[in-house]
Amino acid sequence: MKKIALVLLTVMLFCAAFSACGTGDYTATINVYNWGQYISDGSDGCLDINKAFTEATGIKVNYSTFDSNETLYTKLKSGGVSYDVVIPSDYMVGMLISEGLVQELDFANIPNYSYVDEEYKHLPCDPEGKYSVPYTWGTVGIIYNSKYVTKPVTSWEIMWDEDYAGKILMFDNPRDAFAIAQFLLGYSINTTDEAELAAAAEKLAQQKDLVQSYVMDQVYALMETEEAWICAYYAGDYLYMADTNPNLEFCFPEEGFNHFVDSMCIPTCARNKKLAEEYINFLTDPEISGENMNYIGYSTPISQAKQYLDESVANSPVAYPDAETLSRGEAFESLPTETVTHMGELFNQIKASGSGFTTIAFFIIVGGLGVMIVYFWIRKKYRDNY
Amino acid sequence: MKNKAKLLATPYLVWMVIFIVVPLGVVVYFAFTGDDGKFTLSNLGEITTYLPTFFDSLSLAAVSAFICLLIGYPTAYVIAKAPANRQRFLIMLIMLPMCMSFLLRTLALVAMLEDQGIINNLLWSLGLNRVSLIRRPSAVILGMVYNYLPYMIMPLHSVLVKMDSRLIEASQDLGCNGFKVFSKVILPMSVPGIISGVTMVFVPAVSTFYISKKLGGTSTAMIGDIIESQFKTSYNLNVGAAMSLVLMVIVLICMGIMNKFTGDGEVDLL
Repeated sequence: MKKIALVLLTVMLFCAAFSACGTGDYTATINVYNWGQYISDGSDGCLDINKAFTEATGIKVNYSTFDSNETLYTKLKSGGVSYDVVIPSDYMVGMLISEGLVQELDFANIPNYSYVDEEYKHLPCDPEGKYSVPYTWGTVGIIYNSKYVTKPVTSWEIMWDEDYAGKILMFDNPRDAFAIAQFLLGYSINTTDEAELAAAAEKLAQQKDLVQSYVMDQVYALMETEEAWICAYYAGDYLYMADTNPNLEFCFPEEGFNHFVDSMCIPTCARNKKLAEEYINFLTDPEISGENMNYIGYSTPISQAKQYLDESVANSPVAYPDAETLSRGEAFESLPTETVTHMGELFNQIKASGSGFTTIAFFIIVGGLGVMIVYFWIRKKYRDNY
Repeated sequence: MKNKAKLLATPYLVWMVIFIVVPLGVVVYFAFTGDDGKFTLSNLGEITTYLPTFFDSLSLAAVSAFICLLIGYPTAYVIAKAPANRQRFLIMLIMLPMCMSFLLRTLALVAMLEDQGIINNLLWSLGLNRVSLIRRPSAVILGMVYNYLPYMIMPLHSVLVKMDSRLIEASQDLGCNGFKVFSKVILPMSVPGIISGVTMVFVPAVSTFYISKKLGGTSTAMIGDIIESQFKTSYNLNVGAAMSLVLMVIVLICMGIMNKFTGDGEVDLL
């Protein structure tokens, strides 16, 4: 009898626990999928944006991160996920729009959109501005450690310099990596020409032996601890890294560099479109945007947010380069799917090309195993005859 | 009676169908279809570009398995010969590192071996020159041996501990010296343990991707790394699936070859 009572009690507790989850405080939850290290999270005395949002609206934020546009694309494309807000870069916004993976926004729910500067409202990837609200903009440049890199850094060529072999970090995504080779070769970073892509791949293959590793978010640790000396990465992250290691310097390469805008979108798999718009609206508030940029170091597309910026960030020539520098920047456009796939394939082949050392080892091992098998077989046959 | 006993396996059978058979079917489907969902063999054709990487992975895994065997066999033997209560303690020591996530253990190795890592900083503070330890094939092998050694020791130990010590005494009585006892009695009887140990190290090692990424350089990309980026960065599910399939077939062939060594095909997988 006691046992039955106990079982019943347990079952009831379970039901209570689950129903609490089902109908309780947490119904209003949105899933946000953003780049790593890309929101003010309350560390170093900064504002915790997600917490502030929950306090202001009662909506819980379920926050997760990705490390490249391609990862985000794979997640959305293969399905089985539900995100309410995602923050891809320009060319990926265009690709997501063309594949129908994001939906139109209801700007009545995003009144703060009026604060966004006019020049960021009609980007080439979303000309009518129906699908996206700009979150940040920024540039890609060379981050280097002036303690070790004594040569003047002005060009992407430094990432091919043999004196710094093994101390160079390269992007682990095809688009950003190819862009660097394309700038050096003088091609457009939006080329779809097979020969140009092949030449860029060849250029990257030449660099491979000098590269320490192909990384994304790991650059922070590797650059800050001086394990690596040179990397190509996003300007905003430079400001973040330089806080930790003051030896780090930034360079806008003379051949040109990528100038990007990351925008907030609502994917078609979203469950709470309205709440998602509320979140986008919150992040577009000038004060919130300013506080956010103070922490992440990227540049805000909202001029009115600048009054909330720390002076060091607002006056930083890295975060807000002058017009002359910025004119060398080139934006990514969405490429046809075949080009994207081809580029991905070329990049994988660059990464896969082996050292040759182990191929020899492979044949020695196979040969050795073969001899052993034959030996054992013969011996067994010989024994069986008795 | 017999049918009722079979029913007990139903939960696992259901589990296996949902989580092993169906996903395998999906892998096979993707491997043989193109973007448009039509049957094609071109994915398998594309794999040929990655053949050197397959060789690299296989040989790195084979070398790791061999080193694990060299280190693991004497260790397992010593443990098996220890008194029962100490054996439990020793086994626990072997298992202890496995209580911690292998990602953490690999990261710890990175922190030690880096150019600015613990070992190099120690050398530097002693007035010695820094040495390059990381981002070479040997570092990957070190990482795999470090992570997979327990999988070698456990099956070897379980075979060695069950070995009838009277057989060893008998061979000694019949005039075998120490080496002969080992090569004619102990080694042949422990073959099942060796096979399952080598399998348990080789199979995860050949498909590993995190260890080579962290400890290897740009020229030691393993097949697991490439499969990962086929899915993650280049959205090429079909080629990725084809590569996984080929890797699986290679592993099955390797296991088949290894089974030949046991004679009557008796493999004592833990």
